[in-house]
Amino acid sequence: MSESIGLPGHSSAPAVPPVPPVVPARRQWWRRPKGNPLSTALYLALLGLMTVIFLYPFVWAISSSLKPRTEVFDNRLIPRHWHPSNYLDLFRGVPDIATGVPFAHWFVNSIYIGVLAAGTVTISSALVAFAFAYFRFPLRNVLFGCVLGTMMLPGAVTMIPVYLIWNKIHLTGTQYPLWMMNLFGSAFYIFLLRQFFLGIPRELFEAARMDGDNYFSMFRRIALPLAKPALIVTFVFEFKASWTDLLKPLIYLNHDSQYTLPRGLYNLLGTLGPSNGGHGDYQIVIAGTVLATIPMIIIFFLGQRYFMEGIATQGRKG
Amino acid sequence: MATVAASAPGPRVRVRRWASGFRSRETWAAFAFLSPWLFGFVVFTAGPMIASAVLSFTDYSVIGTTHNVGWANYHQMFHDPKVATAMKTTLIYTVMVVPAHVIVALGLAVLLARVGRAAGFFRTVFYLPTMTPAVAVGVLYLLLFNGDFGLINGTIAHFGIHGPYWLIDPNWVKPGIVLMQLWSVGASVVILLAALMGVPQHLYEASAMDGASAWRRFRDVTVPMISPAIFFIVIINTIDALQTFDKVYTAFFNGSTPYGTDASLFYVIYLFQQAFTYYHLGYASALAWGLFLVIAVVTAIQVIGSRRYVYYEGSKK
Repeated sequence: MSESIGLPGHSSAPAVPPVPPVVPARRQWWRRPKGNPLSTALYLALLGLMTVIFLYPFVWAISSSLKPRTEVFDNRLIPRHWHPSNYLDLFRGVPDIATGVPFAHWFVNSIYIGVLAAGTVTISSALVAFAFAYFRFPLRNVLFGCVLGTMMLPGAVTMIPVYLIWNKIHLTGTQYPLWMMNLFGSAFYIFLLRQFFLGIPRELFEAARMDGDNYFSMFRRIALPLAKPALIVTFVFEFKASWTDLLKPLIYLNHDSQYTLPRGLYNLLGTLGPSNGGHGDYQIVIAGTVLATIPMIIIFFLGQRYFMEGIATQGRKG
Repeated sequence: MATVAASAPGPRVRVRRWASGFRSRETWAAFAFLSPWLFGFVVFTAGPMIASAVLSFTDYSVIGTTHNVGWANYHQMFHDPKVATAMKTTLIYTVMVVPAHVIVALGLAVLLARVGRAAGFFRTVFYLPTMTPAVAVGVLYLLLFNGDFGLINGTIAHFGIHGPYWLIDPNWVKPGIVLMQLWSVGASVVILLAALMGVPQHLYEASAMDGASAWRRFRDVTVPMISPAIFFIVIINTIDALQTFDKVYTAFFNGSTPYGTDASLFYVIYLFQQAFTYYHLGYASALAWGLFLVIAVVTAIQVIGSRRYVYYEGSKK
């Protein structure tokens, strides 16, 4: 998308005589032969409307998180009374309900579990992916078929026995089940990284072998540095998955100081609600959701360059 | 096998040659690299699958004695009105959300394809909602779609439309959830945008030469050329929709809002309740296999049905 397209007056084919309506630039099946101002205006209006629809919930959330309780539902863009202490209430507890909300704990837990989950899955998946990409060995295709097969398997099928395993070794009620299984790699990332390793010229590995590298140092010195973009994609994807997951924390955590942000916010929503004796202090829940979302947006902007590639390649395996 | 031409090595030789592969250093190294996954696969996937199948024939519930109950769980599944309701809810929702998702994603991708230089900015705009935690989406949904005070009904009231009670009215619960889900359409937009960019320009030029209208060019050039990406999105989102859990669970089953009615009882939510609220782990295992079967059948139908419509460049026919 280096050149601007769709602008009237822009022409990349100057020498064409003014005969039939040849579509000039690129991919312009939507374009009338001569850029019709009406359709351009319509197009811009539609794009603007969609942008507003997609962004407004964020704006609404930020605005409502700064309002006092009684004004949350007035849906004004600018709060009539500013009430930024909602954010403080998250950390020191809601006055009337008197329970301290360990929001700071949830935040730290989410970061801690997210980093562990993403870090472990990146390393283990890279090891496994490298095995599938580089080595020739018996059963390779069968085993890779198993990797792809687990991608299709609905989580509900293994959910209960896996819970029973953790229960058996007395680790339910701890945070270990939320990340430890990532030590063993994850099918989607193995697939993603294998594709990437396959793209590295084999000569590089052979040269490293000539230099006397063993398989592992070859992996560490050649494969890993070259796969950095794919490793970043894996890390970011998994960090996001861990950060947003609700199901596992619901199953495994039972004390509110262990909660991750989604689990904590879920709880907060229930506690502050009217039917549990709360006053419907939604402004505090909204402040919590804003704080839970901001790190994701920061991560997104930091990793965007790699990220978009990673998402787009998903479609290519079709 | 034995009838292959005489010059080919016999089966025993081939087996021996194959088995000798296990002796090579490379194979040992490969399996060393594979070992984390092999362990995880056996302990956390293959083993649990077998265990889950076995459990589904018992009345296991963590405490108390366990009995072998034969097909009783599956029998109960077919006669449990809640299962029928949950399955119906889930299927209706899936049928609604998947086409809506594809149409909106395609529409947005087409819009973005035209933006040119600013595409990066708009791509970010449409992608950000997918970065938002599901619980946050559920919370926002609960507040924005409130029947009396919500922003949505407040906005459409300006146009003289009296908005429905999205959270309570059984007829409007599922369409509301579809709208919530459509907010998270961003990943599909990115995939489709990448596919759109890959369509060779000369095809458009050729069809324009033939006097094809914009719509014809879209229908007969663009859509076939990006059909693998569309197909991918259909499959992924169908599987996703059949397993809907977190957003709906947050919005409708949170102990503060009493909206958790049959209209929002999705299959996985019911399964989760059976497993971790009532600890009917045997029954829940049977429910999980029921879901597995439904997903497998639906996906198989889609794969077979797609053969006529999905065009893979480079493949024959």
